[in-house]
Amino acid sequence: MNRFIPFISFAGLVILFAAMMSSERNPKELKSALIDKPIPAFSLPALIADKPIISDSDLPSDTPYIVNFFASWCVPCRAEHDSLINLKQRGIPIIGVSYKDTPQASLRFLNELGDPYMLSISDERGRTGIDFGVTGVPETFIVDANGIIRYRHWGPVVGEAALAKVFAALEKVEQ
Amino acid sequence: MIAELGHFALIMALGFACLGALGPLIGAAKGNKRLMALGSGAAYAQFTASLISFLCLTYLFYISDFSVRVVAANSHTLKPMMYKIAGVWGNHEGSLMLWVLMLSLFAAAVALRGKRLPDTFRARVLGVQCLLAVGFLLFILFTSNPFDRLIPAALEGNGLNPLLQDPGLVFHPPLLYLGYVGLSIAFSFAVAALLEGDVNPAWARWVRPWTLTAWMFLTAGIALGSWWAYYELGWGGWWFWDPVENASFMPWLVATALLHSAIVVEKRGALKSWTILLAIVAFSFSLLGTFLVRSGVITSVHAFASDPARGIFILAFLAIVVGGSLALYAWRVPRLTLGGLFGLTARESALIVNNVLLSTFAAVVLVGTLYPLMLEAYDGSQISVGPPFFNFATIMLVSPLIIALGFGPLLSWKRGHLSKAAIRLLPIFIVALMVFLGTIWATMGNQILTAFGLMLAAWLMGSVLMELAHRIKLFEHPAKALARLLNLPRAHFGMSLAHLGVGLVLLGVTVSEAWTVEKLELMQAGESTDVAGYTFIFNGVEPIVGPNFTAIRGHFDVIKAGRSVANLAPEDRVYAHPVTNTTEASIHPMWHGDLYAVIGEAAGGKRFSVRLYYKPFVSFLWLGAMLMCVGGLLSLSDRRLRLGAAS
Repeated sequence: MNRFIPFISFAGLVILFAAMMSSERNPKELKSALIDKPIPAFSLPALIADKPIISDSDLPSDTPYIVNFFASWCVPCRAEHDSLINLKQRGIPIIGVSYKDTPQASLRFLNELGDPYMLSISDERGRTGIDFGVTGVPETFIVDANGIIRYRHWGPVVGEAALAKVFAALEKVEQ
Repeated sequence: MIAELGHFALIMALGFACLGALGPLIGAAKGNKRLMALGSGAAYAQFTASLISFLCLTYLFYISDFSVRVVAANSHTLKPMMYKIAGVWGNHEGSLMLWVLMLSLFAAAVALRGKRLPDTFRARVLGVQCLLAVGFLLFILFTSNPFDRLIPAALEGNGLNPLLQDPGLVFHPPLLYLGYVGLSIAFSFAVAALLEGDVNPAWARWVRPWTLTAWMFLTAGIALGSWWAYYELGWGGWWFWDPVENASFMPWLVATALLHSAIVVEKRGALKSWTILLAIVAFSFSLLGTFLVRSGVITSVHAFASDPARGIFILAFLAIVVGGSLALYAWRVPRLTLGGLFGLTARESALIVNNVLLSTFAAVVLVGTLYPLMLEAYDGSQISVGPPFFNFATIMLVSPLIIALGFGPLLSWKRGHLSKAAIRLLPIFIVALMVFLGTIWATMGNQILTAFGLMLAAWLMGSVLMELAHRIKLFEHPAKALARLLNLPRAHFGMSLAHLGVGLVLLGVTVSEAWTVEKLELMQAGESTDVAGYTFIFNGVEPIVGPNFTAIRGHFDVIKAGRSVANLAPEDRVYAHPVTNTTEASIHPMWHGDLYAVIGEAAGGKRFSVRLYYKPFVSFLWLGAMLMCVGGLLSLSDRRLRLGAAS
């Protein structure tokens, strides 16, 4: 019986690999620990200074929304901007958090490319980014009507595959 | 034109490999001498064709032909020539070409040096070796053709990752590949033996030199990679338990076990089925490493850009080669005759302890590397297994290994006497104990693990020297000892040197882990700081321009007790193609330790972030690895162990 052990353990290994390769996973993508958790509390200056401080209590209630981390120095953010404008036209509120960026530069960025955000906040030191577990920009979170994070997209929302995932997640929270 | 020639040569190589696989295997099964004789010719022809193909690819990199996709994606006109050439194997397609070249080189070497092997056995070894080449050539031609054209041609290439533009990285992959691929010979010998249904001491005599050769290359390749990480990544570390590092370490562990168990087969005719299994597993780990790097299953700094088609192909290949050989093993192993019995305290037992510990170690590293994958497949959670797990396992498994290693060479075959060996080693035991207690006393009981490591190193090196002393009868007839020493078989010297090398590595690890002094500072020109008694004076930075990068170079004068010790000039480089930042540590090696400086970006005005280290005994790591290789070479040059020598 012993002589079969190497073969059997190797067969198990092959099954494991086959399973890992057939699942559509990106090993570089880390799952967020915040999925199905309420949105972290924050209190940050507004980017457009009509209201000095914006906190989590200013966020929409009773309706799903999107939180998008961006920065003017980030090239992929520029690439995903059109997708955000489209999402805005679809009627979903988007909260923009400018991450590790000066408010002036972020404003110039929005003036140049158009402003998809209902609210925009400046997280110049990146503290709130840490609370959200952001590993880089852009990152996009979909929050349901109860303020619970349901989906996190890592990297730019560009291309059909990425858009399809975001729309699927949106439909889920809108139900 | 050259690209098409290379492509054609590659297809020819596949043809020869098919011929070399089918002819000899069928011939050996049917007892047809003419079919069996095809093996050597096919092996030479296959080597020639792969060499031509490889040279064509090298030439395309040499002339920077950006109408070839792989060249455009990985090279650049401004890159220094050495790195253009090294760029051939710095990417997925080219590294597979190197793999195939070496596979066929080893096949040709067996054809050339294996003339004294029995005909059917030699035919089977060559057949299996060619069968492996068939798999890799199909993989290249169908999923990773390096000669694919890019239409329209690019005007300029993308450049090679600057981290790889380094002399260490020019030689690290070829050495490692020689090791990985060299193990294929042990694999082919094992499969051939299973097909023959016979393993005898002569089999072990043939397989050992090849395994030893592969093991030396693997040792050198791993050591070079570790050295590169030490000076290039600028973190001051030399081993990170990265999945791909582990993938090179596992075959090394198994190959080390194989080297030792083959001795038991050769001298005593025992452990046959276990040794065959080790030979299969060692090469399987090489293939597993290739799979992990290229399939995208695992993330690592080493991973190539992956593509699902490639992953599926390699997985299928892995399943056929490894699964097939393990099934063959399960089917045929009952035919192997059992070997002689031996006493519990004989040298055979010490070698079994060695084998059990080394293969457990390999299994633990495998589990640690794959555990995150298993957990993710099971419940979707993501974790990573870090150095604490691996370090703990290493300490638990290496310690008994070292203790047994002290006894092993002093025990005799068949019926050894542990008590006799123990009496001879008593002085060494006392010295090691004193080292332990002395370290505890000097560190006031704070570094028990360090004391333990030093004790093991003293025990190992002392017992190796003690064994040599007894072998040459230094204590009985000191006058004739020198003559005896010179008359010792080279293989014996080789063993002692390699074991001393293990001791040096152990010493290097223990001391550098325990007593490295690290300092992180923001410094501006004219300031100075003390690290472990050395005064580092920062003389500011200068901008410099390299062939394909710009950099700032910092200057440090290092002074100890009023005397200048070294000038260090670390660089912070920015490469243009692709835009990447690398740090070039500046290292001043001394016999007792390295001074190591890294300069980072400017942090506000004229201040620079600077990391300075004193790393005691860190060179012993590479010196130890070098001793292991020299020991291997000496052993290989021993007449009795010569490649393909008659039994």
